[in-house]
Amino acid sequence: MKMGIEEKQQEVIDEFGVFSDWMQKYEYIIELGKELPLIDEKYKTDDHLIRGCQSRVWLNAAMDESGVILFTADSDAIITKGLIALVIRVLSGEKPTDIVGADLHFVKDIGLQEHLSPTRSNGLASMIKQMKIYALAMGRLPA
Amino acid sequence: MEAEPMIIAPHNIEQLREEFPLLHQKVNGSPLIYLDNAATTQKPLYVIESITNYYTGYNANIHRGVHHLANLATDAFEKARNKVKRFISASTDSEIIFTSGTTDAINLVAQTFGKSTLQKGDEILLSVMEHHSNIVPWQMVAESTGAKIRVIPITSSGEWDLSALDTLIGERTRIVAVNHVSNALGTINPVKILIDKAHIAGAKVLIDGAQAIAHIPVHVGYLDCDFYCFSGHKMYGPTGTGVLYGKKELLEMMPPYRGGGEMIETVSFENTTFNRLPHKFEAGTPNIEGVIALGAAIEFIEQLGWEWMNEQEELLLQAATEMLHSIEGVKIYGTSKHKVPVVSFLAEGIHPYDLGTLLDKQGIAVRTGHHCTQPLWDWYKISGTLRASFSVYNNLEEIGIFKQALLKAISLLK
Repeated sequence: MKMGIEEKQQEVIDEFGVFSDWMQKYEYIIELGKELPLIDEKYKTDDHLIRGCQSRVWLNAAMDESGVILFTADSDAIITKGLIALVIRVLSGEKPTDIVGADLHFVKDIGLQEHLSPTRSNGLASMIKQMKIYALAMGRLPA
Repeated sequence: MEAEPMIIAPHNIEQLREEFPLLHQKVNGSPLIYLDNAATTQKPLYVIESITNYYTGYNANIHRGVHHLANLATDAFEKARNKVKRFISASTDSEIIFTSGTTDAINLVAQTFGKSTLQKGDEILLSVMEHHSNIVPWQMVAESTGAKIRVIPITSSGEWDLSALDTLIGERTRIVAVNHVSNALGTINPVKILIDKAHIAGAKVLIDGAQAIAHIPVHVGYLDCDFYCFSGHKMYGPTGTGVLYGKKELLEMMPPYRGGGEMIETVSFENTTFNRLPHKFEAGTPNIEGVIALGAAIEFIEQLGWEWMNEQEELLLQAATEMLHSIEGVKIYGTSKHKVPVVSFLAEGIHPYDLGTLLDKQGIAVRTGHHCTQPLWDWYKISGTLRASFSVYNNLEEIGIFKQALLKAISLLK
């Protein structure tokens, strides 16, 4: 059976549970960030750019025929990119209403809430907000 | 017999560090290494205690009070003004205007001197390496007066291209506004040459001294600049304090900036007359404890002495520069021979945000990003750097730990 947002969050929390220090945690995030490009190059335009002060984030959203939203994204900073990979894993492939209502507690649970603080200006918090805005708008489209 | 002067700034790094309580803490499990001094310096006990003493002993609103506390507070406030005057060698106390910081001081000059004297087609000369605070206020006044902004280019080492000055300074040049030291590169600029050239052309010169004031002795009389601005918090003093020095005859002719109490002589609904300098530009209750603590910060610097400070800082700059050169793929931006202890750098193929994040995890505070100098990085065709900036309380051991932390972060990110 397909996992929902909550199950996916729990899976990420369990994965991070094995790390005993910050280095292992960041090594894993950096590995996630180094994996294949997350977004089609044609979407790396200013239209898809979320302006963080320090790292740039590009985000694209598309709805498939089954009514779920597929997100792709990228960043020029590798740690931001790794964090994006986690958020996408949790929210991509979900229904608009579930995305809008999602409480992404996993970021705090794995000890990375500092990256959501607006003062970090890494674009991650703005990206999550933008994902919810996409979901809200796409949820209103006729099926 | 006169008492021995109190030691507030010992000439021994370990003892000196004891004067800065904030330094003794752990960040993310490691001892804090604070290398963000160009953003703001930490404060010594002597400065912190001057604020406590004010609030526990003689807090009162200054000027025009007849009571005892008001006299004590006014006296301390005006003594601080006199300390600033001595510190930068101005001619009289009335040339020292207290502001909330460098940004506030530059805006004051732009909105009063700039707005009242600039005409369509006049030119304001800035440099590529200005902080946004010394660009935007001039853009605003240029917009409202029709003046034009021209820009001094730089060389790849991060110094002014002086060969361009003769074509840039001309009969339409009215104001030259440049920094004494670059916050992003650390370059100490040859402001005296520029000031003299500008004066020959009939222009007035404002020097943004925010990054210079804690590192090099400033003598406004020798420089002959028309305005000099700096912030208290970058020189061991409190935030929310700053100074505008202006030549008296210019300050006299400038219209007031903000209206309110303190800056007036008489008020009626028909006609208000303004107070004399420096009060004309100090509307409202000022940051009294901040100004008094700024005076304490000056005493702290004077006791350390420029000779000792410069020796320490030169040592740190050299060690940090050599350390960065020893790491493969690291490039330093700003390689002038004349620098304050600031190193701006990038590691090849690594985003500054990533490196800054992993340094923070190891207790090291550096700044990452554009450092409010976007036009400068546009010139270098990069989006920003990591910047480590040192102060007298940093030591060589910290540079060693910084190196290990950098190597660890780079190996994780490669």
